[in-house]
Order: sequence, then C-alpha cells, then structure tokens
Amino acid sequence: MATAATTAPGPLVRARRWASGFRSRETWAAYAFLSPWVFGFVVFTAGPMIASLVLSFTDYSVISATHWVGFDNYSHLVHDPKVATAMKTTLIYTAMVVPAHVILALGLAVLLARVGKIAGFFRVVFFLPTMTPAVAVGVLYLILFNGDYGLVNNVLGHLGIHGPYWEIDPNWVKPSLVIMQVWKVGASVIIFLAALMTVPQHLYEASAMDGASAWRRFRDVTVPMISPAIFFIVIINTIAALQTFDEVYTAYFNANTPFGTDATLFYSIYLFQQAFTYFHLGYASALAWGLFLVVMIVTAIQIVGSRRFVYYEGSARK
Amino acid sequence: MPGRRKGLAALTAIVTVAVMAITASFASAHNNKAGGATASTADSLTIMGFGKGDDVAQSRTAIATKAVGMSIDNPNGSFNDQQFLAAVASGNPPDLIYLDRAKLGTYAAKGAVQPLTSCIKSQKINMKQYRIPAVNQVTYKGVVYGIPEFYDVRTILIDNKVLDQTHTPIGWLNPAKPDKLLQAAKQMAIVQNGKVTRIGFDPKLPEFFPLWAKAYGVDILSKDGLTPHLNDPRAVKALTYAISLIDAQGGWKAFKSFRDTWDFFGSDNQVAKNQVGAWPMEQWYYNVLAGSSPQVHITALQFRNLKNQTINYETGSAWAIPKGAKHPQAACTWMKTMTSVSTWMAAAKNRAKIRKASNQPYTGISTGNAVADQAIYKQTYSSINPFFDEAVKKVLDVQRYSFNIPASPAGAEFQQAWTDAVNRVLASQQTPKQALDQAQKEAVAAIKAAT
Repeated sequence: MATAATTAPGPLVRARRWASGFRSRETWAAYAFLSPWVFGFVVFTAGPMIASLVLSFTDYSVISATHWVGFDNYSHLVHDPKVATAMKTTLIYTAMVVPAHVILALGLAVLLARVGKIAGFFRVVFFLPTMTPAVAVGVLYLILFNGDYGLVNNVLGHLGIHGPYWEIDPNWVKPSLVIMQVWKVGASVIIFLAALMTVPQHLYEASAMDGASAWRRFRDVTVPMISPAIFFIVIINTIAALQTFDEVYTAYFNANTPFGTDATLFYSIYLFQQAFTYFHLGYASALAWGLFLVVMIVTAIQIVGSRRFVYYEGSARK
Repeated sequence: MPGRRKGLAALTAIVTVAVMAITASFASAHNNKAGGATASTADSLTIMGFGKGDDVAQSRTAIATKAVGMSIDNPNGSFNDQQFLAAVASGNPPDLIYLDRAKLGTYAAKGAVQPLTSCIKSQKINMKQYRIPAVNQVTYKGVVYGIPEFYDVRTILIDNKVLDQTHTPIGWLNPAKPDKLLQAAKQMAIVQNGKVTRIGFDPKLPEFFPLWAKAYGVDILSKDGLTPHLNDPRAVKALTYAISLIDAQGGWKAFKSFRDTWDFFGSDNQVAKNQVGAWPMEQWYYNVLAGSSPQVHITALQFRNLKNQTINYETGSAWAIPKGAKHPQAACTWMKTMTSVSTWMAAAKNRAKIRKASNQPYTGISTGNAVADQAIYKQTYSSINPFFDEAVKKVLDVQRYSFNIPASPAGAEFQQAWTDAVNRVLASQQTPKQALDQAQKEAVAAIKAAT
C-alpha cells in the first residue's frame, strides 16, 4: 500500500488512465463545457501568439515583402537604447504602482469590512472608477494633475503644500501616473473584501484573548489568511503594470499631445510605435516576446517568493 | 439532473460548433473577397480616413459621388495606420485613403499606395492647379502618389489688446529680430511667483520646430527625403532660441501648465480672454475665432526668417489609392472631382450660405488648389470686420512662401525623432545640441533601414 502510494505511474499508464476517462459520459460533458474556452484560446490567443513568434524572425511590415531575418530583431532589441529606456520606465513604474495598489486596496477593504450595512454603497463607489474608460482617464489625468491649475495641487495648496508640475516634470510623472492608477482599485477591493470575510472569527477571538493588539491581529492573522488573495492581486497587477499603455498614450503620445519624453515612454508604447507607426511589425513581435519573457521572469520570481509567504488553508505551510 | 447536465453539455458543444462554422464562413468569405469584391462591396467605393465630415466635406462628397456613379462606403473617423494595415493584411484594402501628406512618402516607399501616373494621364488631371509645395510633398522619387486636398499655412496670430496694453510695438513680433521678439515675449507675458497667467509669445514647440529651423536657414530634411539635417548648427541655434523664449516666460513647466488650461475652441478662448500675446498658428484657427469670438481684435503677421524674408510652413491632407484597390478608376475620378475648382467653389458657396443663414462670419477655405483658392476668395468672401479681413488677406499672401517636410521613406520615424528631441530639451533632460545629435542619429538610422 505504501509502495503503491509513493510510486508515480509511468507516462503510458497515465495516458491509458486519461483515455479510459472518456468511457465516462461525464468526461465528455466536461470537455463539451470546456470547448468554448478551448476554441477561443486556440483561435484568439495561442494562434496569434504562435504567429507573432514566427513573425519575430522576419521583417514583416504588412505592406512590403516579408523576409526571414533570423535573430536580427532580437539582436536589435538588445542593442536598441530605447528598449532599455522604455523597460526601465516600465519596471520603475511597476515597482511603484503594485505595492501602492495592494496597500490601498487592502486598506479600503479592511475599512469596508468594518462599516457594516453601508459597505454595499462604498463598494459601488470604489468600483466606479474601474468602469471609467482608460482614454477618459488619460485626459482626466492631464486636467487633475495640471501643475498650476489642477485639482490635486489646488487641494495641496489649501494644505500649504506647493505641489509639483506632476504631468510635466520627468521626476513627478511616474508618481502621478501611479496615483491615477490606484484610483482604480475597485476590483481589488472587492476581492480583498471577499477574502476578509472568509477569515475565521475564532482566530481573532483567540488572538485577542492572548492579548494581541489590533495591528498584531492584522499582521499575524488577517494577512496570512488572505495571503492567496494578496498574491493573486500582486500577480495580476504586476502583469497589468508591465503592459501599461492606454492612459499614458492618450496623455502623452496622441497626435494632439505630442509631449512624450523618456519618462513616459513605456515598453508597450514603444512596441505600438514600432508596429503601427513605423510598420516594423516583425521587430514589434520580437519586442512583444521580450515583454512576455520579462513578465514570465517577474511572475516566476513572485511565485517562488510566494511559497514562503502565501498560506493555503488545508495545505502544510512551507 | 444527469439528463439536464447532458442536455446542457450538448447545447454547449453545438454552440461551439456553430461558432466555429460561422468563423469558418467568415474566413471563406474573406478568401472570396481577396479574389474579387463580394456582392456587398462590388458597387461601393470604400474610403478610409474621410468620414461624413462638415458641410464642406458633405457638399463635395455629394458631387464626387455623382461623378463616380457608385455608392460610397466612408465610415467616420480619421485615417488610422493600424486600421489600414489590418485592411491590407486581410487582403481587403480600401479603394481610397485620405491622410496627412507627411505620411504618404512612407507608404509610397513601402509600395502600399499606387503611383498616380496613369490616373493623372487618363483623367487629364491638371497638376499645375495644385500648389507646388503640396505636390512636392506627395511626390516620392519623382512619381506622384497623392492628390493634395487642404493646405494649412501658418502666420503669427496677434491679440491686439495685449499688444496695446503692454505698449509692445508690432514690429517686435518678428523672428528676424530675435532680441526684439524676446523682449516682446517678456513684455507681454505675466508671470508672478513662478505662475504664468499670460503667455507673451508662444513659439509652439515641439510642433513648429521645422518652422524655427527654416527661419534660421536650414531645412531639417533634404528635398529627396533621405538626408536629415537635424543637428545642423543652424537647427541647434533655432531650437536654443525658441527654448529661450519659453524660459523667459516662466519656463516650460509653468508655461505648458498654463497653456493646457486654454479653452481653445470655446468662447472663452485664449484670445478672447487675453491669455496670450501672439503665437504662430495654422490658418484654420481664424475660422474658429470668427465663429467662437468674432469680437476679438487680431492681427495676422507673416513669419520671417533671419534675412527678414517671409516663410510659411505648410502641411495638409491628400488622397491616395492603395495597392490592391478594387476600383482604381472610380477612385481616380473621386480624387479629381473632390479637388477640382468647381467642387471647391460649390462647397465654399454652400458654406458661405450656411454661415450667413446662422449669422456667423465666413473666412473662406484654404485648399491645395491655387486656382480654387483665388476663385473662392474672389467670389465667396464677404467682409467680416477689418481685423479678420486683413488676417484672411495675410493668409492668402503667405501661401506663396511655403515650404514643407518632403516625403520620406521613414517620415514617421523622422518626425518622432525631432519631436522627441525637442521634448527632451523642454524637459531639461538634454541640451539642444545633445538632443538634436541624438535625433540626427535616430533619423539617419531609420532612413537607412527604410531604404
């Protein structure tokens, strides 16, 4: 019995076991239910991804003859100074926005969990900015963060603080974009709130009886218990931050607002320029795969790190 | 319950198969289209980048539609490279595109648009009627690829009230006299505690950098579109001077911060509210002002180079026929009709009538057709007030001093290179020399790669 439990079945056995599953009607039903997603994934995600991988080895431009260029695009990517600039901008922004997003969303969720009946109202309020189109946010950003006449600096002025030229000063552009981005924490707040509701009350009671302070209860009970949710929010926001495009493009790279600088040149914007302004779609495909690689590396680091910090109820903590 | 689940699973599978079948049908339809026009588009002239538009567009569209004898499929929205590339990639390019002339060189170099040699010959299009700089801009390696449409010119727009209030002589607003212009900018600007509440003179950077470079004696791109001169000492000097104008009026951050608050198209615009003394601007803005605040007292002044000669930076739009267009003959007829003297005249008369009916001033239309322009102003323009009348005269006058950015195989990259350079200087990240050196390198590399 013990031997059977510890010996892993061979690939042939596993394949037979998998195939035998099709004798069951439920297996067919399961695959039938899965089929729309599988179809969508193959046609709209995997297919274009494979196509872009092939194109990344060509000089594809849609309108000219396409030639195989081997690894030239990847070599160019490594030596292109703008790629380094854009990646640096993107990584700095990501390092700023993800912690800010998680902290704010978690803070709001904790507050919402305490307000009782009117929590529903605030949930809606916090979620509303998430519904705002990104292009509108880009325009709104320029209005709110105007150095001399924007609402943000007006409020700061009433507090005796002379605010910076947020949307113009290269040193303040990223912090202002972070503030604008964390405005849209609604979805994360909802996820955190749901996670907070699942924390067993008796854990709080026990820790309170042991004399734990509110902060201690939050740190040693709440955070470990909702760590899977925190991990999820960190992962999806990191990926989203690395792909930042809409708001920044609207605010700085639109034909009517040609004021983009290195401080606002995000990786996805440079990729877009290469693809749809300069028609270097082969190179843009290589850039896309470069970004994919970075996303994968960052995510892998986070997953490895999560083993130490994320607690899944029912599994042994590593 | 198992029966219900089975039913649901079967339904899901059927829906999936249906979706696949529909997708396959679309793919098949697309393949058919690639081989020849489908029934739905066979009799339609498809146009990208030219929507329903304003009264000028609509009246001309009606005439051109009649001339081609086909229905027109022209969805709203301006020309979008991404959309065009997608259409080309799908094997279904439009019959016509309407786009910024500056983009045409790149498309011509990549073979995405057709040479118009046979179109011009077969339809006997008189190319001499179009303004020479506009024709040059749609000509790549000696071959014409587009028909010019509008023609945007730039003059210095002055708010007389600010000029009078600050006792600034109008003669100072002359780039040929850099010291006087700088003095005028300082004199007309209001900057208190680092906050700008009035701009004296806006050099309009980064957009009008080519104009400043030309004023200092250099074309930033050679006539064949292959050699950039971005780090020419004269270009560096021009940028240094234009930036100094901004620095003298509070610096870029305060300057732009204030400029971003202007109600550009509204009745509380920067001229009506005396928020700016003067700035170089396209001629269409006189039309905006005439509609939104006809009471303003303005003067239009020609932009001069250091030799005190008038110069005008022109831009505009053009028509072109993509390679693979299904109705090239009809497209050619359309371009000819849309840009002909009689069509422009009909549109101008219609606009004048509409403006008169709504008691709004009419400042004319500036087209790429020199003959049409003469006729339009002669036959349809009626006096608004001495300020606007003089401005319109000046706009007409400067048209003959035009220059432009020639067609280039890497037009978009070239533009991005100098725009980025100016922005880096404005953001104090680089000196003009450093920024333009970098831009020159980028532009040279882009053009080399494109050729």
